[in-house]
Amino acid sequence: MSTLLDPPGIEWRRVSPRYVWAEVVSNIIWWGAIAVGALVLRFFVDETWTLWVAIAAVVMLVLSTVFTARQVRAYGYQLRDDDLIVRRGIMFRRIVAVPYGRMQLVDINRGPIQRWLGLSELKFVTAAAASAVVIPGLPESEAEQLRDRLVELAESRRAGL
Amino acid sequence: MQPGPDASGSGPSEAAAIAPEAVPVVQTGLADGEWHRLHRASPLFKGGIALIAILGVVVANLRERLIDLFLPGYTEGDDPVDLVLENGFLGWALLAVAGLLVVLIIGFYISWRMHTFRVTDEVVEVRSGIIFRTHRRAPLDRIQGINIGRPFIPRLFGASKLEISQAGQDANVQLAYLGSSDANDLRREILRLASGTREERTAAQAQAAGVEGFIDARVQEFLAPEITDNDAPPESIVRIGIGRLIGSVLLSVSTFVLIAVIIGAIVAIVITGELSILFGVIPALIGFGSFWLQRFTRSLRYSIAGTRDGVRIGYGLLSTTNETLPPGRIHSIAVDQPILWRFAGWWEIKVNRASQATAQSVSGGIANTTILPVGDEADVMNVLRLLLPDLDDDARALIVKGLAPRGETGDRYENSPKRAAWLRWFSWRRNGFAVTPDAFFLRRGAIWRELVIVPAPRVQSAAIQQGPVGRMTRLATVHLHTVMGPITASLGAIDVDKAMEFFADTSHRLVDAAARDRSHRWAETSDELGAPAAPTTEVSEPEASVPPAATAVPRPEQDPRE
Repeated sequence: MSTLLDPPGIEWRRVSPRYVWAEVVSNIIWWGAIAVGALVLRFFVDETWTLWVAIAAVVMLVLSTVFTARQVRAYGYQLRDDDLIVRRGIMFRRIVAVPYGRMQLVDINRGPIQRWLGLSELKFVTAAAASAVVIPGLPESEAEQLRDRLVELAESRRAGL
Repeated sequence: MQPGPDASGSGPSEAAAIAPEAVPVVQTGLADGEWHRLHRASPLFKGGIALIAILGVVVANLRERLIDLFLPGYTEGDDPVDLVLENGFLGWALLAVAGLLVVLIIGFYISWRMHTFRVTDEVVEVRSGIIFRTHRRAPLDRIQGINIGRPFIPRLFGASKLEISQAGQDANVQLAYLGSSDANDLRREILRLASGTREERTAAQAQAAGVEGFIDARVQEFLAPEITDNDAPPESIVRIGIGRLIGSVLLSVSTFVLIAVIIGAIVAIVITGELSILFGVIPALIGFGSFWLQRFTRSLRYSIAGTRDGVRIGYGLLSTTNETLPPGRIHSIAVDQPILWRFAGWWEIKVNRASQATAQSVSGGIANTTILPVGDEADVMNVLRLLLPDLDDDARALIVKGLAPRGETGDRYENSPKRAAWLRWFSWRRNGFAVTPDAFFLRRGAIWRELVIVPAPRVQSAAIQQGPVGRMTRLATVHLHTVMGPITASLGAIDVDKAMEFFADTSHRLVDAAARDRSHRWAETSDELGAPAAPTTEVSEPEASVPPAATAVPRPEQDPRE
């Protein structure tokens, strides 16, 4: 195991630690639904495998919850002079750099859990679908500031397709 | 109705009154900023044929009546008209038919009257529809290409469709139909306006008069090649011989699948003695046949040439299409070689483009992403020279190396290290990238050889990725994101330090390249510079002469921005 991929000299801005809770809640809903479903099924068909499914779901829930905190810490972004750089993932690390001039639009999305936590997800859309620049877990005001800043930067550096 | 952008032009006087902006340059033909109508016969080509068919049916049914009228006593029995007559509905039936026809004819006529377009310095506008009006306005500097299609029947009558491709789904502007020479003139004018140059280009068009002249002109148009020597210097035209075309289609992978299917079927019949297996094979044969035929006819009479306003690609035997792609509208290029073509040394060239074809579009819903269906290495170099006019000797050397069977030390590609061999079994010696100031070159694949060239000003973003396997082997994947298309510009199994360097370097390159890109008005500076050279060439030349160290070395900040 060698070191994680990380470009030198970048002071990463992190997403809100509260975003961990959003991930945890969605994990609980997802794996919990599977576990409960398996247990309910056990009332109708008396098969041992349903129990194993439930146990596996609980194990997955625990594991993903343990990793969530690291995953959320792995999210980072920084507004450099001419481009936005975004990092995510530990196991599968991905770093994207997208010049401001390439912006087609900026989305701010709020799911129910993130809204409850006062968080937003910012999506930077370019003409290339593969760019997939998404920053989740930003406090609402920060997301809006970031959006306005990005639009302003894109205006000043407008590029064609 | 007041003259305005949304006023429906329902009369010649109004159409004249509607041209508001004074046009600075004296222009000819259809691109003069005034509203114009389409070819008079366009309703006929669009659906009027059906109308004539209905008329034909009615007349055919009336035939008995007509014969009876002139030759009394000659009747063959019941026909619908007799029934109508016997029941005394004659008047009503005739009235209904006539009424329907009149309504349809008026409908087609009004639809033609209300379908108008104009081309100004900045935009192309089309207004159409009778009840549901549509007004589409497309800025000229966003044009992705101009397509002229000549379906067989309109072509016989000297009419063509002109389609202006814009980026995005269903974003094209179609003018169907125009006279063939009008379409050519209009394309030239639109490209001239879009290119940003102010100079006038001459249109040499001698109009022959009279019926004989009309037929002559039609015949000449019909036989004329899609690209004439006037449009492009003859040495820049690339064509495909029919033998090579047939060979390339026959040597495709599908042929071998088909042969396998046939052998399998024969074996099965011999063993089981069941002839009914044939019924399963025949649909497969029909499927393959139509696939071949489609590939074949689409590439018939194919030609590609460089004109002053970009690359022009023409093909088709009976229905023809020819498309002009202005400079800077190609987002990435892949030169690839299916394994069966290797013995013949053939390659194919595909591109990613921003415009998506729709079912109604001139190309018939098939996005024309194949730029060269088949060609040898010389053809590939010629076509690439057309697609990337800024290519210098340095970049050409990189392309030649990019098509080579395997990489060698000193070929200026950063290749995968030997430890990548267990991830890229056959191709690790070829798997590599190279960078010039204007483009990225990704070489990959040993069985299905491929060279991807991405022009730097077209890259939307760059990414670097590493999974657990990559971490263990110190390898990473780099991505260059462009608009959607058949090509994905990514390269895996690269040494992590090299990849990191590439990523850091690329993120600067993208910004620089975008800042000095002028292709949305590709000829704009020609007045100021007094030469028709594109500004990108001007800027990149001094950098291009730096080369051998150009590979993946972070560039010193020599800001080429104005």
